[in-house]
Order: sequence, then C-alpha cells, then structure tokens
Amino acid sequence: MSVAGITETVQYLTFKLDEEIFALDVAKVREILEITNITKVPQTPDFMRGVINLRGSVVPVIDMRLKFGMSETEQTVNTCIIVVEINMDGDTTVLGALADSVQEVVEMEPESIEAAPHIGTKLNTDFIRGMGKVDSRFVMILDIDKVFSQDELIDLTQG
Amino acid sequence: MMEQAIATYREEAGELLAELETSLLDLEETPDDNDLINRVFRAMHTIKGSGAMFGFDEIAGFTHEVETVFDMVRNGKMTVTKPLLDLTLKSRDHIFYLLNIPTGEEVDRSEGDEIIAGLRQLVPKSDLPQKGSSDVPAIDLPNLSGDDLANECTWRIRFRPIPSILMCGTNPISLINELRELGTAHVVAQFEDIPTLDELVPENCHIYWDIILTTTRGEDAIKDVFIFVEDDCELKIELIDSSGLIDREQGYKKLGDILVERGDLSPVEMQKVLMLQKRFGELLVEQGIVSPEKVQSALIEQQHVKSVRKERSEAPPQEAAASIRVPAERLDQLINLVGEMVTVQAHLSQVSMAGGDSTFIAISEEVERLTNELRDTALNIRMLPIGSTFSKFKRLVRDLSNELGKEIEMETFGAETELDKTVIEKLNDPLVHIIRNSIDHGIEMPETRRAAGKPSTGIVYLGAEHSGDSVLITIRDNGAGLDRDAIRAKAIERGLLSATAEVSDREIYAQIFAPGFSTAAKVTSVSGRGVGMDVVKRGIEGLRGSISVDSVRGTGTTITLKIPLTLAIIDSLLVKIGKDHFVLPLAAIEECVELTREDIKNSHGRNLANVRGAIIPYIPLRQHFCIKDARPEIEQIVIADIHGTKVGFVVDHVVGEHQTVIKSLGKMYRDVKGVSGATILGDGTVALILDMGVLLQSIEQLEHSEV
Repeated sequence: MSVAGITETVQYLTFKLDEEIFALDVAKVREILEITNITKVPQTPDFMRGVINLRGSVVPVIDMRLKFGMSETEQTVNTCIIVVEINMDGDTTVLGALADSVQEVVEMEPESIEAAPHIGTKLNTDFIRGMGKVDSRFVMILDIDKVFSQDELIDLTQG
Repeated sequence: MMEQAIATYREEAGELLAELETSLLDLEETPDDNDLINRVFRAMHTIKGSGAMFGFDEIAGFTHEVETVFDMVRNGKMTVTKPLLDLTLKSRDHIFYLLNIPTGEEVDRSEGDEIIAGLRQLVPKSDLPQKGSSDVPAIDLPNLSGDDLANECTWRIRFRPIPSILMCGTNPISLINELRELGTAHVVAQFEDIPTLDELVPENCHIYWDIILTTTRGEDAIKDVFIFVEDDCELKIELIDSSGLIDREQGYKKLGDILVERGDLSPVEMQKVLMLQKRFGELLVEQGIVSPEKVQSALIEQQHVKSVRKERSEAPPQEAAASIRVPAERLDQLINLVGEMVTVQAHLSQVSMAGGDSTFIAISEEVERLTNELRDTALNIRMLPIGSTFSKFKRLVRDLSNELGKEIEMETFGAETELDKTVIEKLNDPLVHIIRNSIDHGIEMPETRRAAGKPSTGIVYLGAEHSGDSVLITIRDNGAGLDRDAIRAKAIERGLLSATAEVSDREIYAQIFAPGFSTAAKVTSVSGRGVGMDVVKRGIEGLRGSISVDSVRGTGTTITLKIPLTLAIIDSLLVKIGKDHFVLPLAAIEECVELTREDIKNSHGRNLANVRGAIIPYIPLRQHFCIKDARPEIEQIVIADIHGTKVGFVVDHVVGEHQTVIKSLGKMYRDVKGVSGATILGDGTVALILDMGVLLQSIEQLEHSEV
C-alpha cells in the first residue's frame, strides 16, 4: 500500500534523533555542517536554538529533538546541522536542523512506504509523510515544510 | 542594441515626465514664470523627439499636440490657466501610460483623443485651423530660424540708424544693451561716417554698430529688439555660426573672407592685397580700402566665434563624464561586497591585535582606514535627494483636494536631503498614507476653516532634514488636529488601553497606528478603514525607523518619521553579556558608566543608577535575556537617549566600536521583540543587533502588566 503524493522512487537522507531514524527528501537538503557556535536569540522557545553564520548569511537553527518532544540535543562528535530549504508562505527559506547523527542516503520505492498510523507514533502525524522500511527498521519520512511551517513557529513563539 | 536604447529612452522619458510634473505644479503657483514654461516645453520636446527616434510614434504624435499648445503659451498667445494645467497633467499621465504599454498591445486612444480635444478648445479660435488638421504630425527638425531652444547660434548684426534717430527720442545704447541681455555680445562702434567738425550736426547720430551676438534665442528675438526703430535704421542680421551647423574645420573664416562676406571688401581687392603678404588687417588699413574700425570689428567677430566654438567643443565631454547610468543590482552587489569586506577587515584587526606584531598592526590599520573610506563612498553612491519623490506628493495633494472639494496646498522643504535609494522607495507607501490621512481627516472643508477663523486654504508641509545618522521626515498639517478623547475612548473600547491608566498624549496618539483602528464615522474612498496607519507603522519599522505623533486640537498634527540614513551598514557599540556578543546602534548612545555591586546594594533592589546626580533607570539585559552564567563584579551601563528619555542598559563588558553589517534574521525571528537583526563578527560568530527603543517599550509593558 502506498501513500498519496509519493509516486516516484526518491532518495532520502536518513538521520537519527535519539535512537529513532528519520528521513528527509534529499532534494530539500542543501548541505550538512558540523556543529558550530550557535547564537541564542533571547525570548524565543527552547527548540529555536539560535542563529549561525553560514558563509556570511545568518541562518536559524532548530533543535528537532525538542520540536518532537524529546530531550534537548546533547553535543557529541556526531551532532550536525542539516541545512534544508523549506517553503514558508511561498518563499524559500534556509534553515538548519540539529540532528544527533546523519546516517546515509537511501532510495525507497513508493510501494515500500506506508501511511503513518494515527496512533502510536507519539508525533503530530501532520509532520509525517509516511513510514518506510530500511533494513527491517522503520523510518519516519518527515514533511519538512510542515514541520517548520510558519503557523507552527508562531504558535510556539507566543505559547 | 535597439532594445537597450529603448530601455534607456523609457528611463529617460520617465525622468522627464517627473520633471514635467514638477514644473507644471510649480507653474500653478507662478503661472507667469517663463523659465518654467520653457522647461515644460523642453521636456515635451525631448520626449517627442527621442520618442520618434525609437519608434514610439504614438507618444511622438500625442506629445506633439500638447507641445503645440505650450508653444503658444511660450509665445504669449495663451496664458497658463488651471484647465490647461489639468489637461497637461492628464497628458503627462497619458504619456506615462503610452510609455509603459508592452509592445504589440492595442493602444487605447480614447483618453488621448479626449485630452487633445480638450486642449484644442483652450486654444484661441484664430490659431486653430492650421493646428487642427494635422492628425499625424510631422516631427519638425530644429530649424535655423532659431526655433529650437537648445540651438545656440551666433549672429552678425549691423545696426545703422538714420542720422535723425536721436530726434525721435530713441537711445541706441539701450537697444544695444537689450541685445546684450540676449546672450554674449561683442559690440564695435564704427566712426567712419562722422563728418568733419564744420559739417557736424551735434543732434545727429553719425555712428553705426557691428554686433556679434551668441544667443539661444532666435532671429525673431533679435528683430524684436529693433521693432520700434525698424523704419529708422538699416538693419542687417546674418547667421554666422550655429551648433546645428557644426563646422568640422577648426578655425573660423579668414579675416578677408569675413570682410568680403560683409560686403566691406570686394574679392578682387582682397586678392590684390593678399599679394602684398603683410599682416592682412594692417595692409587693408594702410591701403585705405577698409577703415581700421571695420578691421577691428571683423577681428572681434573672428575671436568671438573662435571662443564660442572652443567652449562648445570643450563643454560636452565634461557633461558626459559627470554622470553615468548604472543598474541598481550592480550597486547592490557592490554594497554586499563592501559589507563582506568590512567583516573580513574586523577579523583582520582582531588577529593583528592578538599577534602584537607592530608592522602587521600598521598594515591592518591602513586597511581599516581604506575600508571605512570605501564603505562611505559605496554607501554614498546610493544616496539620492529625497526631493525626487516630493513632486509625486504634490500631485497627490492636488488631485485629492480637488476630489474632496478642499483647498489645500503643499509646501516642502529640505528636498535636497539625501537618503539611501532603497529607503526612499520604501518610504513612498507610508508617506502616501500619512498625506492622504492629513488631507481627508486633518484639513477641514473651506467653510469649516473659515468658521474657525483660519484661512480657507489648508497647508500640508512635507520636509526632510538630517539629524545625526538619521533623517527626520516631517509631515505637518494645519488642520483640525487629532481628537485625543475620541482616540482614547476607541482604544479603551478595543482593549488597547485600560480605562484607568494614566497615559501621556504621545501614547494615546500612538494608538492610531494599531491595525484596524479608526475613529472615522464613515469610510470614504480616501481613507477611514483603519488600514493605512498600520501600513505606515510596518513600513517605517521595516526601515528600522520610528514614528512620533504630535497634535494640538484645532491647530494641526505633526507626524515625524525618523529614518536611518542607510540600511546596510551602521556604526555601533559591541558589548558582551556572558559569552554572547550584542551590538547596540551607536547613534543613540551617550556614555558608558560602571555599575558595581556596591551601587546595586545602595539602590535597594531598584534598577536606578545615580549618574552625576541624575537618576537613570536601567535595564539589566542579563536578566531580561535569561542569560544564566555568573554576573561579574563590575558591570557596565550603556546610557542611551531614547525618544528624549535616558535609559541605561546593563551589560558585562563593553568591547568597543564596531562597524556593523546588518543581516536579516529572517522570517522565523521576525516577531522577536528588541532584536532588529544580526551581524557577523570578525571571528565568524553571530552577534544580535538590539533595538533599544523596542526593548524599552516591551519592558515597560512587562512592568506595567505586573503592577
């Protein structure tokens, strides 16, 4: 059984948050950076970790673990920033997403991706495009535009 | 190539139209100003001429019609009236429309035909026929009779009055002086007709004059000077040089040729004299063929024309080098590069200071000096006088006041004040809204004004001036002023203010910028929906500027916009709190003082510092930003002047002055209060730029809500 909207074989970047494996459409990923100095912007929610200098431009960084209700990312040698291009109100915005480690790039056929169950993921299912399987492990494919959608960010800013 | 030329034409025509508009509006105030009329005429002439050249036939045809009418104004056959100006302004809009329709699209001629019909009605009947018939007008070439204004010509005039001219009460000197006023003139008096003393009649004029005149006015203007003595003199006017007749050969005619041309010497005589090969002029005099005066006159002509030609050949290249057109993107690119340069230079300074090598430090300081100069020059390139937008607003005031039946004039000052190009562009919308508001709500109807003892014509002042590193833009009207109580009542009704709170006038007036806020009973086509002022506020805040409103009921409202000169790079103070760096704009900062533990203990927990006897409230940024690590023994208070009040900001450590290249924080952080942007420091880390005004406001709100 396949998921609506995924009709082609696409390459995904897989990464780890805690012990779980997530995946992102490779087309959305611009680059992967080692963790650098992050400047916190005061009076913003914890998951908005701050801003970094990406070759002269200022790019916000988001802690995906906090965003998904896990504990704050602890810095290790594997910690990295996945720089993604997302669609926000019709504009392309560059964002950094903090991940515990980056795994690999895999190809997944549409047939091997299933819709996420409505219960049991402990995540807002809006964020998940589907569940894939890599080496008999479940991989959650994120809809990164929705994860960082403007509404989500504003809600949290005010909350 | 052609496309590029067409794009340039569009751009230039756009500028000419703006100039045309300004001139027309000025003409409304001083209808007799010939300079203005000429300026209008010139602008139209150029639009027409180059329009035909680049295939804008529609524009050329239409402009020709309007130009024809203005030609009559120029020649005094028509006077400048309001209907004429109305139609000419409409014509300007129509030309603008014609200019901007994409090629190939069908042209809507109805508007243009209507304007032309209207203009023809204004033309006095006797002048109508020959103008009316030309539907597709031929573009007239600059003709040599001097119709073309830009055409500077040199004329040779011989003015020989009849002997009895003095008896008629004519003073030849005043006629010659009149000629001098037309342009550059050289006058030589000819005395050869003066009789011997026994034959001399003292009441007669025995002198005649040769005049060499260089003027932009045509032959008619010269003839006009002699119009009353036409029958009492012998007048010869000849064109000897014009910019239309550019002679490629360097020198002017030989002396002999001039004399022959004037008829003072026959070619045969000239040949004869030439054979003798002495100095030609002397020879002629020696031989008694030509009088010394005549030779002198011819020599003067020769020199005059030489110098005119020399000026002409020197002037144009200078003008060409005076300005160049550069696409805006290239400038932006330059500014970006300079921004990066400044960042790298900051890094260089840091490294050189750490290294302690004196030669290295010297080099780095040299680079710093150059970078600063480069920065200033680069930013200066983008500076434009704000006056270019003022005429647009004059037009707005004119049109709106007509629509609303009010009598309003606009006065401007400080049009030469320079601002960054992007800032000027972004100021447009806010200014439109503010001026619309002034006209619709501020200025009363003429009857109401008279009843209140005010002149029936309302005035909207629009002005700009420098103040530190900002520009103050003032929009003032002498209308009804803001209704303080109505605004307060409305704000309380909408929950923006609490009913019991003691608030200053300034705070009440600030409410008009809240979205959807309007005390207007009815919504007019101009304003009243409560959208405009919200747009103003957002627009000005987007420029890192601030707005203040001041109003006196019955006498008027003043809105002041404070806008930073440039958006790209600012001077600032770099400070440190814990491990984080912050940047404070230097313009508002007055001084830095120390804050010791002792001081804190003495103030009993209140955030007040005693600075040379004055009590200054301060904001401990460490607490406000929830920065957790330990407080140092001695902190620093950075004291700033914010809207006239002194406030301190407590930081751990003041690092020093810093050239800050402003980077946007992006959409995600746009709602963060008190942080207006970020900058990249020499070591590559990011420091936040604090907006002290907003910071103060949010803290005030926080404290008030706690109380």
